[in-house]
Amino acid sequence: MPRTVYFFATCLVDMFYPNAGLAGMALIKREGLKVIYPRNQTCCGQPAYNAGYRDEARKVAAAQLDLFPGNHPIVVPSGSCAGMMKHHYPDLFFGKPEHAKAVDVADRVWELTGFLTDVLNIKLKDLGEPLRVALHTSCSTRREMGMAHAGESLLAQLDAVEVVEQTHKAECCGFGGSFAVKQPEISSAMVRDKTEALRATEASLVVSQDSGCLMNIGGAIEHQGEGPKTQHIAEFLWERTRER
Amino acid sequence: MSGEFHDSVVKALGDDALRQHLRRAMDSLIEKRLAVFPDQDALQALRRYGMAIRGNALSKLPQLLERFEARCEENGVHVHWAETTDEANKIVFEILQSNDVKRLVKGKSMVSEEMGLNHFLEDKGIECLESDLGEFIIQLAGETPSHIVMPALHKSKQEIAELFHEKFPDIPYSDDVDELTAVARGILREKFMQADAGISGVNFLIAETGTLCLVENEGNGRMSTTVPRLHIAVTGIEKVVEKLADVPPLLSLLTRSATGQPITTYFNMIKGPRQPGEKDGPQEVHLVLLDNGRSRIFADEELQATLRCIRCGACINHCPIYTRLGGHAYGTVYPGPIGSILEPQKEGLERLGELAEASTLCGACGEVCPVRIPIPKLLNRLRWEGVRQDGTGETSGQGRRRKHSESLAWKGWSSLASRPVLYRIAVKSACRFRRLLPQQLGPWTHVRKAPEIAEKPLRELVEVQGFTDE
Amino acid sequence: MNESRQKILDRLRTVSREEGGWLQRRVDKRAWSEEEKVQRFAECMSAVRAEVYRTSEVSWVKDLQRILKSKGAHNLLYAPVKPHGKLLLEDFSSSGIELLPYDLEVERWKRRLFEEMDASITGCRGAIAETGSLILWPDEEEPRLLSLIPPIHCVLLPAEQIYSTFSEAVDIQGWVEGMPTNALLISGPSKSADIAQVLAYGVHGPKSLVVLIIP
Repeated sequence: MPRTVYFFATCLVDMFYPNAGLAGMALIKREGLKVIYPRNQTCCGQPAYNAGYRDEARKVAAAQLDLFPGNHPIVVPSGSCAGMMKHHYPDLFFGKPEHAKAVDVADRVWELTGFLTDVLNIKLKDLGEPLRVALHTSCSTRREMGMAHAGESLLAQLDAVEVVEQTHKAECCGFGGSFAVKQPEISSAMVRDKTEALRATEASLVVSQDSGCLMNIGGAIEHQGEGPKTQHIAEFLWERTRER
Repeated sequence: MSGEFHDSVVKALGDDALRQHLRRAMDSLIEKRLAVFPDQDALQALRRYGMAIRGNALSKLPQLLERFEARCEENGVHVHWAETTDEANKIVFEILQSNDVKRLVKGKSMVSEEMGLNHFLEDKGIECLESDLGEFIIQLAGETPSHIVMPALHKSKQEIAELFHEKFPDIPYSDDVDELTAVARGILREKFMQADAGISGVNFLIAETGTLCLVENEGNGRMSTTVPRLHIAVTGIEKVVEKLADVPPLLSLLTRSATGQPITTYFNMIKGPRQPGEKDGPQEVHLVLLDNGRSRIFADEELQATLRCIRCGACINHCPIYTRLGGHAYGTVYPGPIGSILEPQKEGLERLGELAEASTLCGACGEVCPVRIPIPKLLNRLRWEGVRQDGTGETSGQGRRRKHSESLAWKGWSSLASRPVLYRIAVKSACRFRRLLPQQLGPWTHVRKAPEIAEKPLRELVEVQGFTDE
Repeated sequence: MNESRQKILDRLRTVSREEGGWLQRRVDKRAWSEEEKVQRFAECMSAVRAEVYRTSEVSWVKDLQRILKSKGAHNLLYAPVKPHGKLLLEDFSSSGIELLPYDLEVERWKRRLFEEMDASITGCRGAIAETGSLILWPDEEEPRLLSLIPPIHCVLLPAEQIYSTFSEAVDIQGWVEGMPTNALLISGPSKSADIAQVLAYGVHGPKSLVVLIIP
């Protein structure tokens, strides 16, 4: 088991979900690991990469490559940012001087929930009240990172939490980064279906591994009116299990 | 494209009945596929094998095409080559003309859709009847296929019943599927008998033996390629495989991925025309090999994976965008994820580049592709091709989707996000002045609340919590 | 036309690629006993509404008559020169079902073929257990349309000729050595789900497929 990890929090967690970042770090720290937060981190570069602006993405990604000098895992509380770093950095830097460094970073990247289960084999003790929860596993966590089992098994460890399953649970919520802006009508139709499916479970909380999905699903539910709350899975796990 | 695509998207999304219909259809296709791949490890092994078979064939495509052509000639099949759809249409027409063909029946062929063959021939006074039940229906309705495997997928039973009633008023109205099918059978059997020629597509070409393989359930493909005295097959140059032994695994992947069938009713392997002593089969067999941009796609090492496609449509069946829009909204011959990588390359990014953006990159397509085409990766690549300016590569319409305002915005963003100190100041200011930021964010806030910026960013909180950066 | 051929091939050739034999091919087969293969074949066939009967060398002609009568067939199209055709000729006269040989080129009796034939019988070159498929290699005696035009198609299948997979059949039978002008896998009666994904049988080809397995 590693003794130290780097925590790459992602730009969305930094600005919109800082508590999720803190919770993720706290969960790892509680397992006895040292958590390093490289203070010069900004963004993995994914937004520009997915918009086709590879030079701009590379410039930003390059600024992250030197943040992880020690040979420690890099933990990311987002499937899509982890996917960017793990699967697209090697391509993005192919034929560039930073290629070796990018591959080295890629090799060490873990999505947070996958790291908790597959590396730390974390055991959780639920201290919370009974609650009905639905999990929206982000597409990147599920497919690109292959970590759909992680979120499910973490929630299953919480005794007082009843996990309910929405229909079409493996289907995308319609966020897709720039997609939500460039194809707003399709995106709206998708998030409407997703929130309907989630409401139908009568869960009082929806958790997810990705901030983008949370913004999309949470924003839509709030816009529609009453409905389940949304929360990053890290924050939820931490709240349920922290000794007060 | 932009305006057109946008309009058709809005129109499709407004059609609730269509969306519900599509959802049910896709759910059932997804379920059926799952049921015929009970063993995950076996599925993954077969997908890797399928990818290797198609990859191997593409790696020696020119040699295999020549070998295939030579075998065809030995077998008595005439091979024609067409760079463009125009040329392919003309070749077909000339063959028909020299055989004095007035009426022909067609088996299902997406390449013939690509060519717009029906219209071309009808303008020349040749009756061109689609005989696949789904194609027959949409031809009656004057539409185009909305799916590459199930062309009339978008139509409900009632719509088809009304269509039949309108077109064949002598036959009593029925919305019973068996009765509708019987009506089509009656009409088409007469046509098979009368047809002077049959046109079909091809699923696989085998270089080793010079064989044309056709996959179908109805028997119309066999009728079209067996009953008339002349058979013309049209297909893309990428369809060739090296050996006969390559076909069984691909066939298994194709039918299981497409409709969840272990195999289709008919697998029709055609070697050549009727031989002396044989009592049926066409007296002449022609094959038209169409390029239409494929050799250009072939030239790019990464994008070449597009040509591995075996046209099963699994990516379409699993696509959340297609499930919302249906096939017609794409405005292309091939809809869905495969269309969104193929069509922009075929027709040019300036015309169809937007299709590459009409994806959340959710990965559902790539996950099910039987030959492991990394569709999301190729979509991303085409987005880059759309805005890149270095002028290398083969993709048609390169750089034509670049917009000045957008590129400026990304430049600004990258300057900021690659300078940690500046970025830190920017984030902190955004948090401090968050109340002053707009709450209406264009289309985002039409259906969602604007995301709330935190009071303090994580980068400030970590320090308080005692996390260090070394 | 030749010009296009040249241009296409030239464009493909400019992409330098070596012709390597790196693909590891394998023959996919199952270790099923003959009985397992017969069962699997019958299950797959039944799942798509084909009828499978286990009969015998001595009784298949009677069984066939019974089946055809129950389906109301008045005639049977067949290949008189094949061994099973000769057997039929000996034993079918009393059945009331007219035996019709497919002995003319299709053009000479197309309308009759389409409009008057109730049933046909063919042999086969074996079958595939995994998918429930018959292998037919039409020839001069048993032409292609024998298995396509009549609404009822009956097939004689010797049990020992059932292979586990398509791959195995191709390999053991040595298909590469030479195939007929038209080879077929037939896996049930003609069907379609093109109307609202509802399965309908007998679209263009036979409405029923009857398989007689002979041990």
